[in-house]
Amino acid sequence: MEIPYTVEVRRDTGLTNGKIGIWLFLASEVMLFGALFASYILIRTGMPVWPRGDTILNVPLATFNTIVLISSSVTMVMAWASLKRNRFGTFRVYLGSTVLLGGVFLLVKYFEYSHKFENGLFPRTSNFLALYFTLTGLHMLHVIGGMAVNAYLWGPGAKLWKTNPEWFTNRVENSGLFWHFVDLVWIFLFPTLYLL
Amino acid sequence: MSSDHAAVDHAADIDKHVKIYITVFVALMALTIITVAISRLHLPVHQAVTIALIVAVIKGSLVAGFFMHLISEKKLIYAVLALTVAFFIVLLFVPMLTHNNGFWIH
Repeated sequence: MEIPYTVEVRRDTGLTNGKIGIWLFLASEVMLFGALFASYILIRTGMPVWPRGDTILNVPLATFNTIVLISSSVTMVMAWASLKRNRFGTFRVYLGSTVLLGGVFLLVKYFEYSHKFENGLFPRTSNFLALYFTLTGLHMLHVIGGMAVNAYLWGPGAKLWKTNPEWFTNRVENSGLFWHFVDLVWIFLFPTLYLL
Repeated sequence: MSSDHAAVDHAADIDKHVKIYITVFVALMALTIITVAISRLHLPVHQAVTIALIVAVIKGSLVAGFFMHLISEKKLIYAVLALTVAFFIVLLFVPMLTHNNGFWIH
């Protein structure tokens, strides 16, 4: 039995089911990160003193990571555009770059975290650090999840291009939507934690 | 039935899109540098938060509008997102009503 509306749009919605599905999922993710941002606001406004981000965290490193993640969003959308232009080789290069840039982001976070731990700074040390580790930790898990899906689409999943290129293109687009969302969250996380 | 298929973008359309993606990328880089530069000014907290949020919202809108193709999406997606935004605003600000001495403690 075939999965319906992977390529054809539904008459009533004008969309493929995959696209509706991923947007509904992203809506739930907005609630998840929104709850944590709300916790940040509540905790911070409830305290008389709050350290400025750059007094505790490494801003140049995080700025670099912001550039890395934004670049990975560009390569992600270029991967989808390559498939639309029927250029499978170029698609592989762009999606591979997206996964690699995600790896760079994770590597930088590894250095950031280990530096904190080496200096005796843990989530339990202060409210600031508790929020920092929770927010960036959850975000990091999302980066890993997105990388896993993209790696699948780059590797074994790419088989679908041969038998149903339109369906494969839609899969890449939907994975891209998740990846852009991960970038979107970081665009708000970075100034919130590091710059304010 | 090609009319039932998700909109098939022709090569020329994609070229236009790619130009937009590159422009947005440059804008995002510039805005990142701007937001870091402004943070070095160490403005008073309320001003710093307002400016940082404005820049973040502009960056986020660029990513959502152009990379996620929201600028040309269907009504149903807009409806889902409008509902999400409404709940998000409630989620973000209602907890602050629990403060005993007003909206927030100075």
